[in-house]
Amino acid sequence: MRFFEYEARKVVELAGIPVTKYGFCTSSDQARQVAEEIGGPVVIKSQVLTGGRMKAGGVKFADTPEEAAAHAEEILKLEINGHMPRGVLVDPKAEVKQEYYAGVVWDGTAKRPLMLFSDMGGIDIEEVAETHPDHVGRGHVSNLLPVSDFEAKQVVAATGVTGSQLNRATPILARLARLFRENDMTLAEINPLAELEDGSFVALDAHMEMENEAVGRQKKLLRKQLQIAEDDTRETYEPSDFERHVAAIDAADHRGVIQGKDHGFSGNLGLVIGAGGGSLTLTDAVRSQGGKPANYSEIGGNPSVAKACGLAKEVLEKDGVEKIAVMMSIVSNTRVDIVARGVIKACLELGKDPGETIAIFRIPGAWEDEGFKILERYGVEYCDRSVSMWEAAGRAVAKIQGAPA
Amino acid sequence: MSILLSKDTTFIVQGITGREAVNLTRECLDYGSKIVGGVTPGRKGREVHGVPVFDTVAQAVEHHGGPIDGSVVTVPPAFTKDAVLEAIENGIELIVVVTERIPRGDVAQMVELANMRGARIIGPNCLGLIVPEVCKMGGIGGPAKDAAKAYAPGPVGVMSRSGGMTTEISSSLTQAGLGVSTAVSIGGDAIIGSTYAELMPYFEADEQTQAIVIYTEPGGRMEAQLAEWVKDNDSRLPIVAFMAGKFMDDEEMKGMSFGHAGTIVEGEEDTATEKIARLEAAGIRVVERIDEIPDAVKEKLGAAV
Amino acid sequence: MSETLNKVFIDVEVDASVAGDAELAKKLEEVCPVDIFAATDSGVEIVEGNLDECVLCNLCVDAAPAGTVRVIKLYEQPR
Repeated sequence: MRFFEYEARKVVELAGIPVTKYGFCTSSDQARQVAEEIGGPVVIKSQVLTGGRMKAGGVKFADTPEEAAAHAEEILKLEINGHMPRGVLVDPKAEVKQEYYAGVVWDGTAKRPLMLFSDMGGIDIEEVAETHPDHVGRGHVSNLLPVSDFEAKQVVAATGVTGSQLNRATPILARLARLFRENDMTLAEINPLAELEDGSFVALDAHMEMENEAVGRQKKLLRKQLQIAEDDTRETYEPSDFERHVAAIDAADHRGVIQGKDHGFSGNLGLVIGAGGGSLTLTDAVRSQGGKPANYSEIGGNPSVAKACGLAKEVLEKDGVEKIAVMMSIVSNTRVDIVARGVIKACLELGKDPGETIAIFRIPGAWEDEGFKILERYGVEYCDRSVSMWEAAGRAVAKIQGAPA
Repeated sequence: MSILLSKDTTFIVQGITGREAVNLTRECLDYGSKIVGGVTPGRKGREVHGVPVFDTVAQAVEHHGGPIDGSVVTVPPAFTKDAVLEAIENGIELIVVVTERIPRGDVAQMVELANMRGARIIGPNCLGLIVPEVCKMGGIGGPAKDAAKAYAPGPVGVMSRSGGMTTEISSSLTQAGLGVSTAVSIGGDAIIGSTYAELMPYFEADEQTQAIVIYTEPGGRMEAQLAEWVKDNDSRLPIVAFMAGKFMDDEEMKGMSFGHAGTIVEGEEDTATEKIARLEAAGIRVVERIDEIPDAVKEKLGAAV
Repeated sequence: MSETLNKVFIDVEVDASVAGDAELAKKLEEVCPVDIFAATDSGVEIVEGNLDECVLCNLCVDAAPAGTVRVIKLYEQPR
């Protein structure tokens, strides 16, 4: 789950990390007010969940509260990369002496959170790590033991930072690591972490991402402290009608699991496939053999006839779909005969001939003998486990392209 | 001989009274696995398919009269960490975590404690592991009859990020007359208890295993880790890899999530193309099509002779 | 255009001799995992919309007097 910059600032502030006297505004009047309170030059920043704000004109400087209001007015109406802003952040324009980077990410190999620090802040940390490796400090923290300040101190010191800067940066990085763990973040970054002219350190920008699996147990942070509504999920893209319909069918029936995706797919062969790894394998196999999938899908668990039927119907009703291929890796939990009933019913309910419409049915496993009886009765071409997933996909492609099967 | 499991392996099922657990308990018992107890807090005194249910792991251990080798954990995600920690702290050294959607902070904590105590976690979000005709730990392969059909004993160790594909690949090896020494469904999450590289030493030490097949997907650095391990350890085991999800390299697909949680692609490092290159550089044969696996294995085995 | 079809794959027959039995009706309603049977004042009612969800568990057949409840696989019937 992604956070807007103004939310990330709040998270960082709650963890005891110094932030600016920023204000989140949803109107030009509010922006004027905040600028007045700040009493100096300000930066107005669009609050959108996409990059390229600067380039698109979503970041502007203002010397007076009037200017701040004017910029806010403009930016609140400015669409950036297809996103409309939630509001604007009004920030005091900082007198920065030096910019640093502080971040925490997951290291999947070490299976621990990794603290990162650099005295070359404000730019892409991956670039710095490549071109100036001795300016990037790294250190893991335990998952079980509390984070102790010295662990952060070591990471900061590794970049050569010393003196009062070391002593100010240390607790900030340590608190960032603690909030990363406590709030189930997958990414927690402060870039830049600014050292101001007066020697104080302040987070000038913050970027947070929380693991979706943990959203359910972070109610205090999300609902109380950040006031984010439960249905505000900030997905990276808008689900299509197909995707939403399939999700609705899935949600309405607890028997089995279905999922459908069609972003980036626009072919004529609908896929009713599973499960997880099987779906990936089959989608590859169809494409590699010249097929044009209309969608990706996953069917798994122990679905009802209705659920299997629901998915197949949604796929069949997509624009341009001529036939569907029903294929899975060997199943033990999913019943072959139940899926067979479901996909055949989908055809019948849409007034289509199952034998013509289902290019191939390849699901080996539980209750397959019963499934084969049903498929034979309706003239659906099917194959058993002796035919590989690759070959089954190939047959589906050949069928839809009109070649003799 | 196979890895991690033997004819004498004893294990418990934590969360045994749940729907999925009741099923897999039946399946494992039918397969000949020695399930010596189940744990569901509050349900002590009950029985599931003849297996006694306890409130705590300690009670199960006491009832058994000695250390219990393993546990299959099917407890819901909010409680999984607690269950796994309980198993570890009661001397259980092999823990299969079936549950999915566990926050990775919890998983990382389980794994760290397991490392401290010399225990091994398989999963989470996995179907377990199986040594054909010896022991089945988890839902892998389904009912005993079906598992027997797909898994014949043989020289190939199988490791897969997808539970279903573990059986699909193993079945194809069985059909090709090769067979499996041990098949492990390692799980689909971003952080798991045992990666390919971490399991390789077991296979390396197992006389029965003569080759390895891995199923993998984009996301994460496990393949890079495996490639490094193979190089650093001068492994005797030829490896054949199959990677699914190559279509995710397409521009339109970037940033979307397919399949398992660990498959969310982050950065150039993790694309299918890069991974394949890395594996091949380490001498690992990457096949294009899933049905090429048995022949590729036969080739490697023939070459080794 | 799309229509909803029922009773495509499975039909269930309950003998008239037992269809009015309220106790049997309750038992059938209880054992069926997919709610094919409903217990009413007049006895057993078949919920047509659920017929195709039948999982062939035979619990209904076992619960009723021998031969009085029949599960018919329509896909095995002659055309």
